[in-house]
Amino acid sequence: MKLGVVIFPGSNCDQDLINVLQTIENAEVVKLWHKDTDLKNCDFIFLPGGFSYGDYLRSGAIARYSPIMQSVTCFANEGGYVMGICNGFQILCEAGLLPGALLRNVNRKFICENVYLIPANTELAITNKLTKNSILKIPIAHGEGCFYADQNTMKEILDNEQVIFYYCNSKGEINYESNPNGSLNNIAGICNKTKNVFGMMPHPERCADISLFNTDGKAIFDSIKENFSLV
Amino acid sequence: MTHTISQPETTLEQAISLGLLPEEYEKIKTILGRTPNFNELSVYSVMWSEHCSYKNSIVWLKTLPKESPKLLAKAGEENAGLIDIGDGLAVCFKIESHNHPSAIEPYQGAATGVGGINRDIFSMGARPIAQLNSLRFGNIETKRTKWLVKGVVKGIGDYGNAFGIPTVGGEVYFDDCYETNILVNAMSVGIAKIGKTISASADGPGNPVYIFGASTGKDGIHGAAFASKDISEDSINDLPSVQVGDPFWEKLILEASMELLDTGAVVGMQDMGAAGITCSTSEMSAKSGTGMKIQLDKVPLRQQNMKAWEILLSESQERMLVVLKKGREDEAEKIFKKWDLTFACIGEVTNTGRVQYYIGETLEADIPAVSLVLGGEAPVYKRDWEKPSYIDRLNNFDINVITDIENNFEDIAKFMVQLPNIASKKWVFRQYDSMVGTINQSTNNPSDAAVVKIKGSQKSLALTVDCNSRYVWANPEAGCAIAVAEAARNIVCTGGKPVGVTNCLNFGNPYDKGVYYQFKHSIDGMGKACRKFETPVTGGNVSFYNQSSDGTAVFPTPTIGMVGIIEKPEHITTLDFKQEGDVIFMLGKSKNDINSSQYLVKYLNIAESPAPYFDLDEELNLHNLVLNLIYKNLLQSCHDVSEGGLFITLFESALNRNLGFEISTDSNFRKDAFLFGEAQGRVVVSVKPENLQAFEQIVSTAQISSTKLGSVKDKKIVINEISLGNIELYADLYNNAIAQKLED
Repeated sequence: MKLGVVIFPGSNCDQDLINVLQTIENAEVVKLWHKDTDLKNCDFIFLPGGFSYGDYLRSGAIARYSPIMQSVTCFANEGGYVMGICNGFQILCEAGLLPGALLRNVNRKFICENVYLIPANTELAITNKLTKNSILKIPIAHGEGCFYADQNTMKEILDNEQVIFYYCNSKGEINYESNPNGSLNNIAGICNKTKNVFGMMPHPERCADISLFNTDGKAIFDSIKENFSLV
Repeated sequence: MTHTISQPETTLEQAISLGLLPEEYEKIKTILGRTPNFNELSVYSVMWSEHCSYKNSIVWLKTLPKESPKLLAKAGEENAGLIDIGDGLAVCFKIESHNHPSAIEPYQGAATGVGGINRDIFSMGARPIAQLNSLRFGNIETKRTKWLVKGVVKGIGDYGNAFGIPTVGGEVYFDDCYETNILVNAMSVGIAKIGKTISASADGPGNPVYIFGASTGKDGIHGAAFASKDISEDSINDLPSVQVGDPFWEKLILEASMELLDTGAVVGMQDMGAAGITCSTSEMSAKSGTGMKIQLDKVPLRQQNMKAWEILLSESQERMLVVLKKGREDEAEKIFKKWDLTFACIGEVTNTGRVQYYIGETLEADIPAVSLVLGGEAPVYKRDWEKPSYIDRLNNFDINVITDIENNFEDIAKFMVQLPNIASKKWVFRQYDSMVGTINQSTNNPSDAAVVKIKGSQKSLALTVDCNSRYVWANPEAGCAIAVAEAARNIVCTGGKPVGVTNCLNFGNPYDKGVYYQFKHSIDGMGKACRKFETPVTGGNVSFYNQSSDGTAVFPTPTIGMVGIIEKPEHITTLDFKQEGDVIFMLGKSKNDINSSQYLVKYLNIAESPAPYFDLDEELNLHNLVLNLIYKNLLQSCHDVSEGGLFITLFESALNRNLGFEISTDSNFRKDAFLFGEAQGRVVVSVKPENLQAFEQIVSTAQISSTKLGSVKDKKIVINEISLGNIELYADLYNNAIAQKLED
């Protein structure tokens, strides 16, 4: 299993992700530079969090045009695994690899805090180590994380079981109070129809190391490893 | 190429209009041996401004302790302090003000403050890992304050979040004295490898001088001079003095600088902050005893037809000056290109001792580098001081004229938890990315100081910024010593040992004798306390002229940024009660003292009283005791007593796990003083019942009094057997007070 982490100018969670994949998961990780097109034979590509190209236009709107994203798009269309976290999720939506869009948070402010997530689909490459009752405490940190899709798109997302995580409270209840940013249906993460492209706003890489006193995010990376050992 | 200055000579009137004194103009003429031209006069006016020269403060700053075996760079030697933390690593840290720009344009003012302080850290070769800030606003009820708070918080958030360094701690105060002139102090902390740091020097004549980062525009011209004036209604006319920040550029120059450092091709590097190209070229030259020949027409510009003095003084953000080893330009240029940075070779190091600026073949300015800088020939003044009359008036306060509280604890408690200076600042810090970098160990484990992991080591850093400026106003010497003591106490309560201080000295107009008294005596208090805690002052900045046009100065606000080291993960100690039944103690003396407390000022509306009780020796004894108890693993929680007194400390400890507490007051003391007084040198700890014997044994041998207050309860708050209700009730008030004020 070889993992690739794309680095855009302005990415700032790339090193956090690499650290977790290397030191916690003992995986082989290579960096993929935005100006390159070579995916270096990676089996799984991550788009990390941050503010790619400054995100001055609209989060992810410029990054989708980068050389590396042309290769990532081909890779995904051929069934390759791609996961975007936070800004990476925004880029995947902008690139059309995931449905819907991420709008400004309803309170119009950046929000950084721990939130709770409950998985909607535990058979995915990034959730196979979770159960339907696994409530995860994982932080968010974004200004544009309000998931939106039009009615038809949303119906497709639900019909195809493309929701990965919902925002919930510590008891697992999905409700208005537990929705931090106004996302439609409390959606925190989705995948594509073919279940090989994943996007989520919360940051599992920020809670995978015991020295930070929360390891709820580790199960997601463990799932990826599990997935490859089964393939 | 011409070597004579051909431009018209300047006049005394021009010098005065640029903020120079007549005697300073004379001194410039003596140094140059001729009358300066406008470019040169402009350069002197910014380099000799208070902001760059520290001319009215340096005499006193030099009295602060600077010695420590672990110190790798002393105050004033480099852009920031550098302390050895073991494992081949050093911590690099500094705090700086951005008060005046933030008072005019809060968003950009605060944002560029964050940008500037981070450049100071990474220009030394240290990668920033954590940021803190200290913010002071006026009355939270006024429209202006709400606008300023929102702008400053968004500015800090947008810049820091995109730059990608977590904001891990800070403080926010509200007081009417800051209504016009808010204070925005930003601190950055970085980690460097010992032996791989970069100096701000320009050795080796012939070495090329590069500028890289953003291009140069007209923003921020005369910003340093602006920062050296009182804020007035006309200040809006200084708007072009406020710079515009771009965190994306900053992120790129950070990464490029780190890669540049790894090549070994760098001779010296400095960021461009106040006074831009002028300051960086002259300071680096002066430090190495060299000079520089700079072609201003090579500087990448943002707009056409900029004049020499505009290029020299521009404070456009996100720019760096670097001196490279000759012959290694290609390696550096490859990195600049990789990160798509604007860059240019703008000149070379010379052995003339002069900074010489050309446009084409015309010599636009020619100045001895050393004459411009602090520690060189920049002016140094010791101003007159006089004790302000209000200080004696405060001492007339007599607690005995105030009726003690009976049993109406509940009303007072509800009032206190909602006070802007006490209530939760979550509305503010939720807008900052506090977790990027995966080093913040306080997110899931709150403690008095922020705790961040040092990657590649088992150690952690404890970081804090503190200053109760009301105490400093009431008694500059004791108040400033209290600020140092509180910072040290916060680090100790977290399980750390304080190792160093950076300070941000926010005062009024130094030509006001009362203000200068406050300044001089604050420094005295800081020096005493820093010597006692063995925390050298590694640097910082001075911000004078923090006062409004009606002549009133802000409270003297010497903000203390302190760094401590937590040696082992098991020493990390948190502030929250852990479980019902644990026994609660207060270490340190109770006093019949409500001086300058939030209770006295806000609940009783008595603004004038002395600073609260404080004893430096007792404070150090307390810190040693607390650390001893932590090292022996005897504390479940540890939280210091500060604003709001003992009750607020207990409440904050109970809050995180939704617990309660039952305590009794001590009949030897007034109830108001016992519960809400702010006498210094106290901490509240909770202890497991099975550890009581070991705990009491250690405490009994220390010269610190200890009071058993009661025990941790499930949700209920009970004082003297009177129930005040459940913690949730108070938590709601505490958590929502600030948001309600700001969002209405």
